[in-house]
Amino acid sequence: MSTGILLQILQTLVAILLAPLLIGWVNQCRAWLQGRSAPPLTQPYRTLKKLFHKDAVIAHNASPLFRFAPYMIFACMALAAGIVPTIANDLPFSPAADAIALVGVFALARVFLALAAMDIGTSFGSLGARREMLVSFLAEPALLMVFFTASLISQSTELPVIVQTLAHKEFVIYPSMAFAAVAFWMISVAENARIPVDNPTTHLELTMIHEAMILEYSARHLALIEWAVALKLFTYSALGIALFLPWGIAPQGELNALPLAVLALLVKMALGGAALSLLEAISAKVRLFRAPEFLGTAFLLGVLGMLIHFLLEV
Amino acid sequence: MTETMTSPDLVQWAWAGVLYWLILAFGALLLQKRRGLLTRLVFPLGALGALFIAGVGVAGLMSSASAIILPIGLPDLPFHLRLDALSAFFLVLLGGAAFGVTLYASGYFRDMPAGPLAVLALWYHLFLAGMVTVILADDAYAFMVAWEVMALSSYFLVTTDHDKPEIRRAGFLYLLIAHVGAVSLLLTFGVLQGGHGDYTFNTMRHAEMTPYWASVAYLLALFGFGAKAGLVPMHVWLPEAHPAAPSPVSALMSGVMLKTAIYGLLRVTFDLLNLQIGWWGTLALALGLLTALYGVIFAAVQSDMKRLLAWSSIENIGVILAAFGLTLIFYTDGKGALAALTMTALLYHAVNHAFFKGLLFTGAGSVLHATGERNMDKLGGLMRYMPWTAWLTLIGALAIAGLPPLNGFISEWLLLQAFLLTPGLNQPYLNMVIPVAAASVALAAALAAYVMVKFFGVVFLGNSRSKVVEHAHEASWRERLGMLWLAAGCVLLGLFPAQVISWIEPVVRQLTGQILVNDGNWLMLAPVNAERASYAPLVFFAVVLVTLLLVFIWVRRVYHGRIRRADPWDCGYPEQDARMQDSAEGFGQPIRQIFVSFMRVERDTPDPFSRNPQYHGASLDKLWFIIYEPIAKLAGWLSSQAGRLQHGRIQWYLIYSFATLIFLLVFVTR
Repeated sequence: MSTGILLQILQTLVAILLAPLLIGWVNQCRAWLQGRSAPPLTQPYRTLKKLFHKDAVIAHNASPLFRFAPYMIFACMALAAGIVPTIANDLPFSPAADAIALVGVFALARVFLALAAMDIGTSFGSLGARREMLVSFLAEPALLMVFFTASLISQSTELPVIVQTLAHKEFVIYPSMAFAAVAFWMISVAENARIPVDNPTTHLELTMIHEAMILEYSARHLALIEWAVALKLFTYSALGIALFLPWGIAPQGELNALPLAVLALLVKMALGGAALSLLEAISAKVRLFRAPEFLGTAFLLGVLGMLIHFLLEV
Repeated sequence: MTETMTSPDLVQWAWAGVLYWLILAFGALLLQKRRGLLTRLVFPLGALGALFIAGVGVAGLMSSASAIILPIGLPDLPFHLRLDALSAFFLVLLGGAAFGVTLYASGYFRDMPAGPLAVLALWYHLFLAGMVTVILADDAYAFMVAWEVMALSSYFLVTTDHDKPEIRRAGFLYLLIAHVGAVSLLLTFGVLQGGHGDYTFNTMRHAEMTPYWASVAYLLALFGFGAKAGLVPMHVWLPEAHPAAPSPVSALMSGVMLKTAIYGLLRVTFDLLNLQIGWWGTLALALGLLTALYGVIFAAVQSDMKRLLAWSSIENIGVILAAFGLTLIFYTDGKGALAALTMTALLYHAVNHAFFKGLLFTGAGSVLHATGERNMDKLGGLMRYMPWTAWLTLIGALAIAGLPPLNGFISEWLLLQAFLLTPGLNQPYLNMVIPVAAASVALAAALAAYVMVKFFGVVFLGNSRSKVVEHAHEASWRERLGMLWLAAGCVLLGLFPAQVISWIEPVVRQLTGQILVNDGNWLMLAPVNAERASYAPLVFFAVVLVTLLLVFIWVRRVYHGRIRRADPWDCGYPEQDARMQDSAEGFGQPIRQIFVSFMRVERDTPDPFSRNPQYHGASLDKLWFIIYEPIAKLAGWLSSQAGRLQHGRIQWYLIYSFATLIFLLVFVTR
């Protein structure tokens, strides 16, 4: 149990510390693909450090909610990172929150971000909040459908149990999981504000979603939000790995497998990040009102995955 | 609760609570000139009554059923009252929510003139007494009398501001649909008594029914109770009547009165009918999901905050009904454990909704009291003027959006777990329906978050959109106390689900014959077994809290807490004003664009050269035009045809009577 708790804390800390690295890697890959010279891998850490040192500039009419939200969002994302098995499968905390609760944590963070965006009363803030909620009301049920498919196969909504089942069953290709994987990819792209739904590098009012919401934030509040965003991308990648490529995650009670697990995680994350930047480089951002279609497709694929499970696999 | 206490007189205590409210109700009439006494004494005493009823309910959950026969009413038709686990549960729900709302009401009505207030107090307490009697009734006669008391008193509460024509109109619509529903209920009981002529529930329980007549009774009950609960397409009165009523009354109507319909449906389906058929469940599931989605979509496009909340009530009733349908499906399929799970979800959601909708309506009521404005497009920035109301309402909004660790998440979680446990139903077509149903529930829940961000964000955050906000004042302390109680309910129901589930166990056992086994401990909720699914809200909450504090301390210690205040960024365009924020309509625009096929959108755009441009837009319910308008037209046409007979001349009427007499003599007396 005590090793379990240590592992739990270790894993959460690893996620928190490595998350900006993943962002740095994705940015680097994208710069290479676009033929630019890449920023160093550690650039996100430098940005965070700079932001933490700055004085926070806050609008006159900001309410306490505005200042509270970044901490809340960061805490939610840290919790999410703690639930998803990344290196070890022995997580004493995971019974406290299963896959459905994980969707709830993401939703909680999102609602706080959207409310904070509306707090100052600028046109951009509420525009961003509205668009974010628009994207999420389709992405959230779609994510649930993906989890449902996985948990119908493994007979559980506990993430460690799902990983255990999927990684240690003999290798069977589940057609339902193929649908779920495509749906999950589309959802992660949307939820993490990447192309084609949103563009993390733009500040053009016609297109921005996530950036519009955090426009009023600065210094430590912004740093916490940026870090939480990095953590979210990390958690989603870890989720994708856990659900669709679970091999290599250290099973319960096997500490010897840990170094290999860390290595496997790094390799998988690196490949995933590279794939993300590649897909971003070759696709264009869609018009805002095409985003519901994109997500509607993801939702439909998720439901189809579940239906196929009922049709073919039961 | 394994041990059962024997207390035969619990139902008498509950009846004593009803009598106490009746005394308060008529006592209030004597205080026509004493506003201070009415608000400071009558309403708080009424609140104590609610607490008492909740206490009786808690005791009732832990003991066996008790019944009495009261010799009131018509000769040979005494009132039968009975308190079993199901009634006890709904008494707790009623008492718990009504305590907070009534406490709130004592502060809310502080500015109302004494005369109307005394009348309002009369109807208010009659309404409470009526609802309790509905829950206690053990024969159709007592049930219908109490049902009518509840309907009529709430009608008079809805039309409190009867000088406004739209409120009179809303009241009329409410009364009309309530009575169409009541007629259907009367017929239900007529079918249920099965030819014995004895209308006690006890006879009905033992009546032998053919599947055909049982289905007729069920459909009539679904229609009758559905009309009260706001089931689509009988929902049209709800978004009219709930906003029209004074806010504490809206809170009671949405939070509690709708649940009496759920109570009735459960009573008839699982208790009075002694056979259940699978397709009943499929029907209820389909209607419930339709209601949930329909309600939440319309909630997203409303600009009137109380109307938004009323639509959201329709959504929640839809979720409850979907759980009801699932329970029936599992129950008839012989999956008792699953039926117990969905029944638990249903009851949990019912009590959750009583608390968070009560809280949201009272919060909206304080805003209305402070600004005199229900239109969200005129509000905004109220968090700075009424922080207490804002933070308490935020708890309600997060809870209803189904976010952990609050209570709305628990019932949603239980319901979703039920969907995941379904494979292996005996009918293959049902196995296909389940994923689609799960998807709809998830979609409704996600849209509820959209609606709540809109509600809270537009009303409490941002800048004030009009002058009315500048004079806003914080809610009085009794209002805050009431809201605090309801908010505490939302938090506690969210943090201690294992406890709550063990309390509602007797109800689940009574209805489905099985109980939900919690494999976890007091901290952790684990239906079926812990390997399958578990959720420990308290741990969850503690971890979020600890992380939050650690991060805060770390940021402050390692870095600093310096803050500089400045103007918000204006994009280099200094002429910013509050109208550049999203309006309520603007926030709902994406939903309107996506789901436009459900609505009739009406827009008045001003002329470009207009000196005084006025914009008007509304997204109207298409069902109104498809179903209700033709019926209303038909009724109008029929009555105008009947009107032809009336000439106002005595000769004609004498001829009519003469003709009728001849007719009767020829055909009837033969």
